[in-house]
Amino acid sequence: MTDTTPDLVPAPATPAQNSLLVADARTRRRNAAETRFRAYGIIAIGLAIAALVWLLSTIIADGAGAFRQTYATIPVTLDAAVVDPKGNRDPEEMKKVLTLSYDKLLITGMQDYLAQEGIQIAGLSDQDVKGFLSDQAKANLRDAVLADPALVGEVVTVPALTSSRIDGYFKGRVTAEQAARDSKTSPEQLQLADALHANGALETRFNSDFITNADASETRPEAAGLGVAILGSAYMMLIVLVLALPIGVAASIYLEEFAPKNRLTDLIEVNIANLAAVPSIVYGILGLAAFINFMGLPRSAPIVGGLVLTLMTLPTIIIATRAALKAVPPSIRDAALGVGASRMQTVFHHVLPLAMPGILTGTIIGLAHALGETAPLLLIGMVAFVQDYPDAPPAGLMDPTSALPVQIYNWTRRADPAFFERAAGAIIVLLVFLLIMNLAAIWLRRRFERRW
Amino acid sequence: MKSVKLAVSAIAIIAASASVASARDQVQVSGSSTVLPYATIVAEAFAENTDFAAPVVEGGGSSAGLKQFCEGVGENTIDVANASRKIKDAEIETCKANGVANIVEVQFGYDGIVFASDAAGADFVLTPKDVFLALAKDVATDGAVSANAATKWSDVNPELPDQDILVFVPGTKHGTREVFEEKVLIAGCEEAGAMEAFAAANGGDEDAAEDACKALRTDGKSVDIDGDYTETLARIDSNKNGVGVFGLSFYENNTDKLKVATINGVTPSVDSVASGEYPVSRPLYFYVKKDHIGVIPGLKEYAEFFVSDEIAGTDGPLAAYGLVPDPQLADVQKNVADEAVMQ
Repeated sequence: MTDTTPDLVPAPATPAQNSLLVADARTRRRNAAETRFRAYGIIAIGLAIAALVWLLSTIIADGAGAFRQTYATIPVTLDAAVVDPKGNRDPEEMKKVLTLSYDKLLITGMQDYLAQEGIQIAGLSDQDVKGFLSDQAKANLRDAVLADPALVGEVVTVPALTSSRIDGYFKGRVTAEQAARDSKTSPEQLQLADALHANGALETRFNSDFITNADASETRPEAAGLGVAILGSAYMMLIVLVLALPIGVAASIYLEEFAPKNRLTDLIEVNIANLAAVPSIVYGILGLAAFINFMGLPRSAPIVGGLVLTLMTLPTIIIATRAALKAVPPSIRDAALGVGASRMQTVFHHVLPLAMPGILTGTIIGLAHALGETAPLLLIGMVAFVQDYPDAPPAGLMDPTSALPVQIYNWTRRADPAFFERAAGAIIVLLVFLLIMNLAAIWLRRRFERRW
Repeated sequence: MKSVKLAVSAIAIIAASASVASARDQVQVSGSSTVLPYATIVAEAFAENTDFAAPVVEGGGSSAGLKQFCEGVGENTIDVANASRKIKDAEIETCKANGVANIVEVQFGYDGIVFASDAAGADFVLTPKDVFLALAKDVATDGAVSANAATKWSDVNPELPDQDILVFVPGTKHGTREVFEEKVLIAGCEEAGAMEAFAAANGGDEDAAEDACKALRTDGKSVDIDGDYTETLARIDSNKNGVGVFGLSFYENNTDKLKVATINGVTPSVDSVASGEYPVSRPLYFYVKKDHIGVIPGLKEYAEFFVSDEIAGTDGPLAAYGLVPDPQLADVQKNVADEAVMQ
């Protein structure tokens, strides 16, 4: 034994190389790499947010105007000589007077109003007055008269839609400088608009017609609405829900819980995954060939659109459902089987209820995807000008309708710039629907999800 | 269990509703996207002023519309095809082979085709010759065929602005392209004397010479637009040097953004097209299946309403939108009333 005691290690003047308190060069490099990586992540998120904000702000800036519309409130005398030339107040006879004849009433009404209020605008032509109000105003006036022949000869004061250019003037889309070049309006018309506005006869207010009206022709963008398109989309979603959910869930339960694992089920599995990645236009071509040309279903009908979208959504729903079923722990199944439940009882009493939140979430995401789908609908005649509302289902499923995304596509192709605003407005409506569906999916997940 | 029941009942409902698919009660129209706006205006007014259901109108192009039209007779086929060109013999043959033997041809007016550029840009005073020399793949100088080397409009004609050549031309699927080729390129080809040179180069083959006249340069100075006029407008908006080919009605709706070029000194307008002074125009048609008249409610009434004086006449809404009314409208009305079938 040696009696040497170990020397006390003198406290170093500087911390040792491997101190945790002071980073060495390598640690600093690693830390720097982490900081850089975080910065990249933040930049990526920043870019994504900037893109989203830019997208939303342009859409809202372009489309917010669609929810407001300018109306003129002017007294119009329903001259019996124009409205009811035969003078017997028979609605059948009065129907023979075309909408176009009602132009005279509106022009006279406007001129009388200007004279009465003492508004004088130099260079205002009859053509300017005629083009000031929408063609839809005539149609509404005619409908009112036919509905109530007692109005003939009376003075009615109904809010009348103004033309898209006048409406655009109050929304900042049309300026006096543009109007001078524009063959569809004139600076005098804008002066008239200003004068009427000062008089309180012109007002821009919330436009519920945009949501409820049917599409309108190129000459009256101010009257175009989304009513038929929203109904068409709703019908299609109904069909997708009613068909894709049960079929998808049944297929997934069989594949996940009952099917033997062999080459055939593997093949089916691979194909389902592949189908989910097939471009949607392919389903449109399939729909045209199978449902319209072979089965003879009508063109432009929501039933065909719904069937096509069902085919498109099925793989998504099957994949989501299988994932949800897989997530249910095997111990649940074992316990159920252990107390004597049959396999079907196990699935329907225990596994399926626990997997339901996941299944519903997957279904809603699939539906939201289908709601925004345009390409397959182009091929089956949904890109049509449809003015009549469809009947209530089930008969209405065979009536021609439009669909929301298709309506947007349609409006962006029209000549009148007012349709561009409508298209952006329709995008807002579509986004709101998608947002609601996604929120519902999140809510269902939060509300019913179980964790193990 | 529940989901199985649901699926079965859903399929039952759909099968039941499919079997009660009763007679179609609205007219179905499809075809040319040039005619589409006119057809929608008519459909809207028709539904408003009659007790019939509103016709359903689809676009998609003249050829696509006529193809659907010729698929056969029956409720699953369309009743009316819109076309911005006359039906071809081959299409009539297809129609006949599929049982569509009785076709009523209705020519309801004319459409002008205009060249327009950005409203703030230079003025263009064009002739078919200028357009041909600016856009043709090959040009002829003194009888010798050579590749087109013009880069600025002023190279083509010193009176034109000193501006890079860039023209947005409708794609080959558009009916407008055919008129553009025939009334502008071939006419310009002849004026420029290139037709003979091309014929000589091809050993006197006139068809080959015409094809050579129609061949556009591929160096990016002539851009085919397969989309609609809205796309052409967007291109001009982003590239102020561009000149686009538009329908007259589209231009009339966007005069605040576009400046129209004159052709041979004539400004395009409804009047100048109607008088025939403005050279680049074409007739517009729709074709009605006679066998559907009396089966589909409102079909004949729709056709008659379309060509009535109130609608297609000089003061009607179609003219207000940019249609050039047919001077022989009375004959057309008579044809429709008699359901005169094409021979």
